[in-house]
Amino acid sequence: MSWDWQFYCNDTATQEAVAGCFGPGGKEQTYLQWMLSAWGWTLEVSVAALLLALVIGSLIGIIRTAPNRWLAGFGEAWTELFRNIPLLVQVFLWYYVLPEFVPALKNPAVKTALVICALGFFTSARIGEQVKAGILTLPRGQRYAGQALGMTLPQTYRYVLLPMAYRIVIPPLTSESMNIVKNSAVAFAVSIPELAQFAQQASEETSHFEEIFIPVTLLYFISAFAINRVAKFIEARVRIPGTVGAK
Amino acid sequence: MLNLDYSFLNWAVVQSFVAKGFWFSVQLTVVAMVGGILLGTLLAMMRLSSHKWLSVPAALYVDTLRSIPLVMVILWFFLLIPKLLGPLGGQMSAFITFTLFEACYYSEIMRAGIQSVSRGQVHAGYALGMTYGQSMRLVVLPQAFRNMLPVLLTQTIILFQDTSLVYAVGEYDLLKGFEVAGKNFNRPVETYLVAAVVYFVICFGLSRLVRELQKKIAIIR
Repeated sequence: MSWDWQFYCNDTATQEAVAGCFGPGGKEQTYLQWMLSAWGWTLEVSVAALLLALVIGSLIGIIRTAPNRWLAGFGEAWTELFRNIPLLVQVFLWYYVLPEFVPALKNPAVKTALVICALGFFTSARIGEQVKAGILTLPRGQRYAGQALGMTLPQTYRYVLLPMAYRIVIPPLTSESMNIVKNSAVAFAVSIPELAQFAQQASEETSHFEEIFIPVTLLYFISAFAINRVAKFIEARVRIPGTVGAK
Repeated sequence: MLNLDYSFLNWAVVQSFVAKGFWFSVQLTVVAMVGGILLGTLLAMMRLSSHKWLSVPAALYVDTLRSIPLVMVILWFFLLIPKLLGPLGGQMSAFITFTLFEACYYSEIMRAGIQSVSRGQVHAGYALGMTYGQSMRLVVLPQAFRNMLPVLLTQTIILFQDTSLVYAVGEYDLLKGFEVAGKNFNRPVETYLVAAVVYFVICFGLSRLVRELQKKIAIIR
């Protein structure tokens, strides 16, 4: 087995070596540049989808614990819908099917946003489940105490329940955040130029399979690990005083 | 505006395009479930072993595969399997890939299951003169397996959804079947919608069954 890493400095169009390993950009880029921009895409899609999933997932988690059958039922239905369809199929639905119903979405500019939505909505069902679990682990007395103090229901959630619930569910949220980086690889199927798509395309172009798969796999590791570190940092900062984990 | 037309989707079309893919998806799910649970149990026992030379490789294997996107795992295995084992064909490669990958997830479930069995049970086994193997096989694993059965089956539903990712290597599974039918009749929108409904009905139905099962088999303490 002999590996050759020279091709990373080649121009992707002409296959000729580029001095300094960096082309002028645009179409004239080296494989190294292509890989770095693919990494950027992976991070962008993952982070945007994560933010979306956190917002929607929190809402879903909250309404599933709300004392209103319709709201809770809606949250339940949402969770089942997005949990029981494979992510790849969901990506196709957003990317190919939805624009047929909403012609404005045929604009190429929003294509990435559609994939981010697919990944974000898919993950929101899981995050909703965890937020719900977090709220339900709190003793009922906390909710009653808030209301006994004259807080409205939204105030009880805002000042009593959620600050506790979020801190309890940080560990599962962390692994879900790492999952989103892994799941973003599914975007290859609709030609988002992210890492998995780079791995597929570039390895077929150059036939340097190992030399491309190894760095791509490592970049996925690094990205997920970075998210893990950020989450651990937050976890340490917001630890609930007086619990086993606290200082 | 939109005019959906499902008229082309008759039984003959389903049989000639979708059935083949569905059958492969089911096969892949069953093979990876059985193989994955067996290998996963073995990995879990290795990981819980007090021998470093057993626990460290198992932990390394499980943690590594679990932190790589399945799409990349599939690409890796479809590259490495022909090199190491010779040409086996796409379907066989998919069986191997999914078994080895899902074993990691099943092993984490089985590890939790084994750890949930109280220590006294193991001691009781030893007190009766059982060897490690016997107490594992006759005392610990049956209980671990029973406790974890709903979780194992839920993981299998996820596995069934994951089989759609053989898309990355172009294998003909359920999703591909719908896609090919859609391309043939120039009705991709309808077929993607039907595919989503089919996956939903299967996965939702199975998850309800798991929930029922969970109520039935819960050990009364």
